[in-house]
Amino acid sequence: MKEIRIHGRGGQGSVTAAELLAVAAFADGKFSQAFPAFGVERRGAPVQAFTRISDRTIRLRSQIYEPDYVIVQDPTLLEVVDVASGAKDDGIIIINSEFGPETFKLDTKATIMTVDATRIALDIIGRPIVNTVLLGAFAGATSEINPKSIQDAVKERFPGKVGEKNAEAIQKAYDMMMEAKA
Amino acid sequence: MAVTRNLDKDKMVVVEGSYSVAHSVKVCKPNVISAYPITPQTHIVEDLSQFMADGEIPNCEYINVESEFSALSALVGASAVGARSYSATTSQGLELMHEVLFNVSGMRFPVVMTVVNRAVSAPINIWNDHQDSISQRDTGWIQLYAEDTQEIADMTAQAFKIAEDKDVLLPAMVCMDGFILSHVYEPVVLLEQDLVDKYLPAYNPEFVLDSKDPKSFGAFADPSTYTEFRFLQEKAMEAALQKIEDAANDFHELFGRYYGGLIDEYETEDAEIIIMAMGSIIGTIKDVIDARRSKGEKVGLLKVRSFRPFPKEAIKKVVKNAKVVVVLDKNISIGLNEGALFTETKSCLYNTKIDVPVVGYMIGHGGRDIPVGTIENIIDEAKGVISSGIKVESQFTDVREELI
Repeated sequence: MKEIRIHGRGGQGSVTAAELLAVAAFADGKFSQAFPAFGVERRGAPVQAFTRISDRTIRLRSQIYEPDYVIVQDPTLLEVVDVASGAKDDGIIIINSEFGPETFKLDTKATIMTVDATRIALDIIGRPIVNTVLLGAFAGATSEINPKSIQDAVKERFPGKVGEKNAEAIQKAYDMMMEAKA
Repeated sequence: MAVTRNLDKDKMVVVEGSYSVAHSVKVCKPNVISAYPITPQTHIVEDLSQFMADGEIPNCEYINVESEFSALSALVGASAVGARSYSATTSQGLELMHEVLFNVSGMRFPVVMTVVNRAVSAPINIWNDHQDSISQRDTGWIQLYAEDTQEIADMTAQAFKIAEDKDVLLPAMVCMDGFILSHVYEPVVLLEQDLVDKYLPAYNPEFVLDSKDPKSFGAFADPSTYTEFRFLQEKAMEAALQKIEDAANDFHELFGRYYGGLIDEYETEDAEIIIMAMGSIIGTIKDVIDARRSKGEKVGLLKVRSFRPFPKEAIKKVVKNAKVVVVLDKNISIGLNEGALFTETKSCLYNTKIDVPVVGYMIGHGGRDIPVGTIENIIDEAKGVISSGIKVESQFTDVREELI
């Protein structure tokens, strides 16, 4: 089982990202589970959402304390939240940032990767909505999920032009991560 | 033991728990829905409102009201004229219904209501525990508790079948853990309309309010007759014990899924330690049991699906050979320092020849997360009970001493 923790701020679509990831993983033939950290959601407040992906039915209902992967939508969160908390040593932390991974000194053995999701979102979608872009980066960085499954899930949730633009941004983030790994 | 759902994977979709419930309500073809939105029940009534707006629930009236008291009161009238009636609520909303809950059960109206379990104020808290529904245990409603979104979807149809059975005619609360199940996205088979049509017959009550054939419901009962009304309600609950089993078995036959009847068992056969619990904590406990079993530890789980009627005989049968029973409660009777499932389990073992130590833990109040480690500790303490007897009979779990 792989466990993913998404950090964001209220309004950035962290919960939606977790749900889309669960939909995409299931389309890939896996079992999945997505849930919010059940905070009192306020715009701008730090929020968390979780996704589990497994080959078997998922029964565990606790929050995620030792994630395989962490997605950080907003680098300013690093000043207020320990995003690396419990991250597995062989895990990956993906941060939305214009700067390289070496910029971030986190207390973790997990690999840090960065992607300028805000720039990609502004260039392609025209708005700084990064949640779906980061899912593309996640697919590229981890190879846990088929990027097309994410694109399909996003297009189903946001039909029409919005979905198409998001799918394009997902592809861009995916390609950049694949390049960064190579 | 529960029958695995993996075979159904090609029929599954990933949706929110609340949606799977709303869908189940839709295919059960209610005639009247009345509900007042309240977190974390809101998504269910939003989804039902959308179905109504899209014309997907024919022959149904959605009555907007100004409170939960009114929501359930509206269903008293609806059910009296023979309408299949549904509501959903939680926490403060359920407590506001308290008076009407007795009216519905006393007039023997088989209303089905989803309770999205949430803690009760004060202090205000929107997260999950079972204090809201447990506090209504004596209102004459059937209470069923589900462990995951598939079970809550399936249990919704079962509840209509049980409640409307002419030998039962009692209202039913179908309880699901707030947020943990109401807001989770996971794969689920949405109930198929054609199968539900086969499973759930139309509701044709023998006695209805009809101006051409006038009758009274809930009218005055003086001391010469009141006792018999309560006696018959209790008899109906006794009948429900079998009907709950039947509803689960019929469902199994038609839909291929089974989650237990009054109770379900997991690895109990040779278990020395038996954990008892209700709701979404069940899945986490099963994972811990698998890990313990792989180390050769004889740990099992008794899941209680029906809290009312209380399955005394079924529980006795399962625990009689255990060396210790551990009961987990997401509620507390303040002043007794016990959760309700613990108290009632002890009660049903008294005056019997079964002599097994029973210990209780109050757990997960106000949404306090229940990690695997908490269950591990409880099992380790249970081993201590086997070796050296009960040291603490009932206690809070994970109390943060630094806050006290």
